[in-house]
Amino acid sequence: MAYAGEAPKDSFRLSMLIYDTRYRSITIQIIVLILFGLFLSWIFNNIVQNLAAKDRGFSYDFLWNRAGYDISQRLIAYTNDDTHARAMLVGLLNTLLLAFFGCILATVIGVVAGVLRLSNNWLIGRLMTVYVEVTRNVPVLLWILLVYVVLSEAMPEPKDFKLTDAMIAAGEQPKAHMILGSIAITNRGTNIPEPLFDRSLGNIDLGIFLVSLDLLAIIAVLVGSFFAYRALSHRARALQEATGVRPVTWWKSLLIWLAPVVILLWALGFHLGYPQFKGFNFTGGITVAHAFTALLVALSLYTGAFIAEIVRAGIMAIPRGQTEAAYALGLRPGRTMSLVILPQALRVIIPPLISQYLNLTKNTSLAIAVSYMDLRGTLGGITLNQTGKELECMLLMMAIYLTISLIISGVMNIYNNAVKLKER
Amino acid sequence: MANPTGDSIAFARDTMIPPREPPARESGYVKWMRENLFSNALNITLTVISILIIFGLLRAVVPWFLNGVWNAGSLSECRTIIAERAGPDASGACWAMVRERWNQFLFGFFPMDQYWRPTLAFGLLFAAIGPVLFAGQKEKLNPLFLVVTLFLAVTLWLASAPALAFALTAVLLLVLFALANTAPGRLIWFTAIYPAITFFLLWGGSIWAPVVAMLGFVIIAVTYRLTFERLGVVVATALGAVLAVLWWLFLDHGVAQAIDSVIPIGLPAVASDQFGGFLLAMTIGVTAIAFSLPMGILLALGRRSDMFLIKVLSVGFIEFIRGVPLITLLFTASLLLQYFLPPNTNFDLILRVIILVTFFSAAYIAEVIRGGLAALPRGQYEAADALGLDYWRAQRLVIMPQALKIAIPGIVSSFIGLFKDTTLVAFVGLLDPLKGVTQIVRADINWKGIYWEPYIFVGAIFFVICFGMSRYSMYLERRLKRDHR
Repeated sequence: MAYAGEAPKDSFRLSMLIYDTRYRSITIQIIVLILFGLFLSWIFNNIVQNLAAKDRGFSYDFLWNRAGYDISQRLIAYTNDDTHARAMLVGLLNTLLLAFFGCILATVIGVVAGVLRLSNNWLIGRLMTVYVEVTRNVPVLLWILLVYVVLSEAMPEPKDFKLTDAMIAAGEQPKAHMILGSIAITNRGTNIPEPLFDRSLGNIDLGIFLVSLDLLAIIAVLVGSFFAYRALSHRARALQEATGVRPVTWWKSLLIWLAPVVILLWALGFHLGYPQFKGFNFTGGITVAHAFTALLVALSLYTGAFIAEIVRAGIMAIPRGQTEAAYALGLRPGRTMSLVILPQALRVIIPPLISQYLNLTKNTSLAIAVSYMDLRGTLGGITLNQTGKELECMLLMMAIYLTISLIISGVMNIYNNAVKLKER
Repeated sequence: MANPTGDSIAFARDTMIPPREPPARESGYVKWMRENLFSNALNITLTVISILIIFGLLRAVVPWFLNGVWNAGSLSECRTIIAERAGPDASGACWAMVRERWNQFLFGFFPMDQYWRPTLAFGLLFAAIGPVLFAGQKEKLNPLFLVVTLFLAVTLWLASAPALAFALTAVLLLVLFALANTAPGRLIWFTAIYPAITFFLLWGGSIWAPVVAMLGFVIIAVTYRLTFERLGVVVATALGAVLAVLWWLFLDHGVAQAIDSVIPIGLPAVASDQFGGFLLAMTIGVTAIAFSLPMGILLALGRRSDMFLIKVLSVGFIEFIRGVPLITLLFTASLLLQYFLPPNTNFDLILRVIILVTFFSAAYIAEVIRGGLAALPRGQYEAADALGLDYWRAQRLVIMPQALKIAIPGIVSSFIGLFKDTTLVAFVGLLDPLKGVTQIVRADINWKGIYWEPYIFVGAIFFVICFGMSRYSMYLERRLKRDHR
């Protein structure tokens, strides 16, 4: 019998570092580590040299200096005597405000357009296709600039809304009218009604900014309604499983949602303050800057087109057999949609939807095109130019955007994991 | 047919009656309309709403287009002409602006007598990407080259190109035609040298700069050929790259100048700040697209690598780039690179922007390709291993062709996104067609107050390019489909 010889002696040769798969990956990683370390130290060295050449240090002290510039649209109190840090916070809140409303509006537009594109109606299907293709294939910057320019150049001047006694006597009408008697779009801004409370609860001071207690009360009541609604549907489901008959709940849930809020609003003395034309401009109400409107409209139309495609693809990804199976079980179309199709379609829709929300949030930085004071406009714009701290401002701004992105994708991933198909 | 016995049977027909017309409501456009437009109450409402929308749009847009004026010197002149022609309240487009300023929208401030250079580069672009777009379909190459030839013949004549350029282009196209009909595989070499040709055509200067720079790639190829059998793919490529970098860093400039002093051939140099309009968008877009795909593939492979360090670096890079807006990266290019590079280094802003845009796009493409890799069944990896293929061969022959095929729609939409995002370079002071040039036009006293026309003109060009790309991706998807469903 021939024995297999002894296994070759495991003597280590230098060439094994490259040729032996056991060591090769370690070799490569060590080389990469060294190169990466060298690269980082090179960059670091350059930064130190460049800062020294410009006779500047690296510090964030400037954030506590007086900002000295005004911000027209702000959610929290701010004057030009406040610090750069507070200006940055105002900008950040403006970014978040835009992203928040943009995401909501884009979702509404996208879902409606996506569902309509799938509808049996030929005409509306084509119309939606045109909307989606035209919007998606043109830079979003174009929509922002176009909406902004149209709003600020083609809209009537405030004085066109003027109605004098002489005009009433002559039976004349003003040149421009308010929409529904409450919204006035002028070339300076959009005037919308503001919510007012006769018996306001006042504000609570959080140290950095004030929070309206009225708003908090409304949110608290809505959260309470949500839990009551959950309990109601839980009870209904238990009853259905016990007896096989689902109790009628729609009027109860309507009551749960509406009644507390209406009572609270009545108790607070809620009413709308309409914009009024006085003197040379509108008073009362809220004046929304065109920069905000243009960004909101353009970003949500643009992102809405992408969401429409995502919704359409999600619904089309559900095999027809699922609908047929639901019909065979005796479910009506509405229940088929809510119990069978949507839960499955959402799984396909959610991940790309998250990245669209992220895109919209990042695209809010295009505010630079219409001088909306967002994070980039404050921290990365005027603060940067005034202090000349390019490195500090840019790094801080990137870190903030990165944090926002990571938070959004983190929250959405939690939700995604909750609805994900549990396999084995 | 006649009855063979002669007597007829009363109850059996011997002739067919002609088929009756289907009921009017069950055929033709009536049926179609009943099914697609008026099937139920909701559908009727939707139809009425869309008809109203379409009608409203047409009523506003059609007269505006029909009243368009092509010959005028200013916006007020346009308005006067429209008021004369169609009444005082009529609205109309003032296309005269496009007629006067189209060259700025297309070329920015590129010298007017040199327009033939970007035009030639644009035409040759299609000749260069043709062999890639229609790989394995040589019957499509001849029509493509014919179109390119016709396009170049007309546009070069319009741009009054010098006779020498005409002659050289004709020779080049003849060679390409000959190659397409004899050895279409060789056409890829033209694709490889196209970047150097375009660089020379656009920026001008001495012809030896791009030629000598291309020698660096020759060095990589030669080193790889000579050593890859003994050293393996990675080491051979790395060695070639090191040699090429040494060439570019130390010898390239001197050699180019030396040759140039002996044989000076060249075109008038054009500075980067004269680039603008769609010329700039195409330059940034095409370069970034060409470089971001290979970089994205490498990043995707890195992210799926078994090697911990490589994986961490790839994930860090991808997530960082994807987490910040492109604008901040562009500002990095214009403001921060001066801190990261050695003191007194200064290189072209367009080049800096291209590098950052490439990084940005590569991170997105890496994620798309990672999706394609993840969608591939595990058996494919195992089969490649079982055949004894090493890592790079397995990737090249088995994994990537399938993964890229799955990822095509995503890759192309990334490309479309990249091309649209080239407009953002306006914010670092470059003259993009959308904000840069339009702002210049709108600042002109003659065209003050014009807004629909420039945006429609620029938007239409973007639409054509992006829509074309998305249609091509659909075509490619269909062509590469291997399953029969």
